[in-house]
Amino acid sequence: MAHNKEVDQVSGTETTGHEWDGIKELNTPLPRWWLWTFYACCLWAAAYWVVMPAWPLISSHTTGVLGYSSRAQLAKSMDTARAAQGQYLERIQSASLEQIADDRQLLDFAMAGGGSAFAVNCSQCHGLGAAGSTGFPNLNDDDWIWGGDLEAISQTIHYGIRSEHADTRFNMMPAFGTDQILDRAQIDDVAEYVLSLSSSASDPAAAERGQAVFVEQCSACHMEDGKGSQELGAPNLTDAIWLYGGDKAAVVATITSSRSGMMPAWTGRLDETTIKQLAVYVHSLGGGQ
Amino acid sequence: MVDQAVVQDATAKPAVRREGVERSDAEPVNKKELRSLYQKRVKIYPRLARGSFRRLKWIVMALTLGVYYVTPWLRWDRGLNAPDQAVLIDFPGRRFYFFFIEIWPQEVYYLTGLLILAAIGLFLVTSLAGRVWCGYTCPQTVWTDLFIAVERIVQGDRAARIRLDKMPWSANKAVRKAATHLAWLLIALGTGGAWVFYFADAPTLAGQLATFEAPAVAYLTIGTLTFTTYLLGGFAREQVCTYMCPWPRIQGGLLDEESLVITYHEDRGEPRGARKKGTAAAGLGDCVDCNQCVAVCPMGIDIRDGQQLECITCALCIDACDSVMDKVGLPRGLISYDTLANVERVRAGEKPRLRLARPRILVYAGIIVVVGLIMLFTLATRSDLDVSILRDRNPLFVTLSDGSIRNGYTVKIINKQHAPRVFALEAEGIDGARLDVVGNEVTADSLQVGPDSLESFRVFVAAPRAALDDDSLDLRFQVVDKRTGEKVSYDSVFRGPQ
Repeated sequence: MAHNKEVDQVSGTETTGHEWDGIKELNTPLPRWWLWTFYACCLWAAAYWVVMPAWPLISSHTTGVLGYSSRAQLAKSMDTARAAQGQYLERIQSASLEQIADDRQLLDFAMAGGGSAFAVNCSQCHGLGAAGSTGFPNLNDDDWIWGGDLEAISQTIHYGIRSEHADTRFNMMPAFGTDQILDRAQIDDVAEYVLSLSSSASDPAAAERGQAVFVEQCSACHMEDGKGSQELGAPNLTDAIWLYGGDKAAVVATITSSRSGMMPAWTGRLDETTIKQLAVYVHSLGGGQ
Repeated sequence: MVDQAVVQDATAKPAVRREGVERSDAEPVNKKELRSLYQKRVKIYPRLARGSFRRLKWIVMALTLGVYYVTPWLRWDRGLNAPDQAVLIDFPGRRFYFFFIEIWPQEVYYLTGLLILAAIGLFLVTSLAGRVWCGYTCPQTVWTDLFIAVERIVQGDRAARIRLDKMPWSANKAVRKAATHLAWLLIALGTGGAWVFYFADAPTLAGQLATFEAPAVAYLTIGTLTFTTYLLGGFAREQVCTYMCPWPRIQGGLLDEESLVITYHEDRGEPRGARKKGTAAAGLGDCVDCNQCVAVCPMGIDIRDGQQLECITCALCIDACDSVMDKVGLPRGLISYDTLANVERVRAGEKPRLRLARPRILVYAGIIVVVGLIMLFTLATRSDLDVSILRDRNPLFVTLSDGSIRNGYTVKIINKQHAPRVFALEAEGIDGARLDVVGNEVTADSLQVGPDSLESFRVFVAAPRAALDDDSLDLRFQVVDKRTGEKVSYDSVFRGPQ
């Protein structure tokens, strides 16, 4: 190192000999303890390889003597979270649906738990915001085909609609056109009448003819005033909500070929507390009765 | 003590003794000839300086340490439901308490403001009078100073300490060394111990610490800070300033030729040399080359080499030089706070003067005033009621069976008072709009929010189809404190079909 030492005049420090556009790099001496700190860091790194998971092998990796694993840590925090939820889940299990809805704490818990269960299990048909789509009911509104109180919702979730479960909610609307119960003109008249029930645009003369057919063929389920029956699962035809669309073509199609949506039974697939939380969640979406 | 130290200094190594003034054999640690590829730390034995700056430094040390140790024990009555510690950083409760100020996590902009003020304040002081922060108030300086004081009390001043280090091990040496390290460790323990009291109720935590029931993190923090204080104050000292701290590098850009810095008046002092007391030495400047400025320097440098990175401007060399000047009967101020511009002025035969109103000073002061005013304004107008309303986006709106349209909102009310409050929620802007809150016990005109907490409500607003003349309408929520009538508005929208 003794050869050709160039020393900077201002700082008195030796330069590295490198020069860029007249600027020279000073070779400022490093404090020796810094060097020792560097060696200590190297030792630390070596010790880390021994203590912690470090080196990839062909089908696994070195696990380290401490046995640390981020997956194990995740599992542990999941357990902790589950234990923290445990006390709420216990209370939900022993409480009735009404009690859950009345208890602010349990309600908040059920809304969160029900919300995530809904996203996983229900949103495929009903949508993430539970707004449904054609053929899949909107659960936010106040129109319920099979009833919208906590019990009714809970029963629907448990056993489904037209599902394979023995206790399923079940009904069937005749296919008036396909089964040739009504002819085309009659169907057209009934459709006009049904539209008039909800004050939609309709032909008054055809509607009047359709009323007679309605009373004869439809009122058994949909009632004479067209307001339907939740016990029978017959939709209210007088309101502004249409599961399969409220224009004439959709109504004619419904009368002609019938509709029969299907919802699976969730009992057995989801545990009781989850179904309870789901019921409370759906009930709290805004339309619960 | 000083005279004794002088004698000890003389016995440590026979130095050339001039009349009245002792020439010290202290050498700067960064002397050009000593530099090599790796720099070995040269241990510094700062000698006690006496004078006005040393007194000022004792006072600042007492004040800063006093503030640090006493603050957590100050009480401040906030009533029920709130801690009574004046300064408390409550991590589990997510609050910062500072006397009458209470800050929630979403109000960290106060912290941003404080950091801006601190940074610009540092810039301002530095461009006015150099590294005042480094020299007087930086914790590294204060604690190092304290550790050196301990060293001096136990082992004696500079010469005695040098002698002690050179002497072979004996019972006396072992006792003195052990006593020094024990005192350092106790101070370090006290430093770490005081820190944790800022994060929990101090009396409670003190009791827990004494009975070994405190949380593990408290012991860990105390242990870490004890170790770092012991290491940085006892051993690393000036190495922290020279090698670890970025501030010495930054300050170069903050100083200008009008900044007051510790200045050796070369024009007056050079050529340096010893002379007989009271005689004007022919051809010599005022510097008697006694090296006392080097001996007292905690950074171990020679200020006569000019401004340098290592200088923390603690001004102890001024004290040392002034007392020597007094002794030899020369005017004080051979080393003093002065500006580079003044050195040039004197050289050119002009009168020295201070230019305080420089553009950068004005800009820094302006920023401090503006940021300070903004913070004061926001603090003075800070509401203890915050409302945040989030509209549902999925579904955008819901058609109800009677044809009316409903929107869903999540209403969050933050009550920053330490008492429970009841609020009424109203919506304005749409005729016939109805409010409904989810939950059997809750109605829109009695929303209860607990003390010092946030409550979230699901709210539905339904409006008749006829009242909607657009697919997006303005909707204004009003949250009214039912007792005081305090009102907060929040503008949202109401969406409907096209």
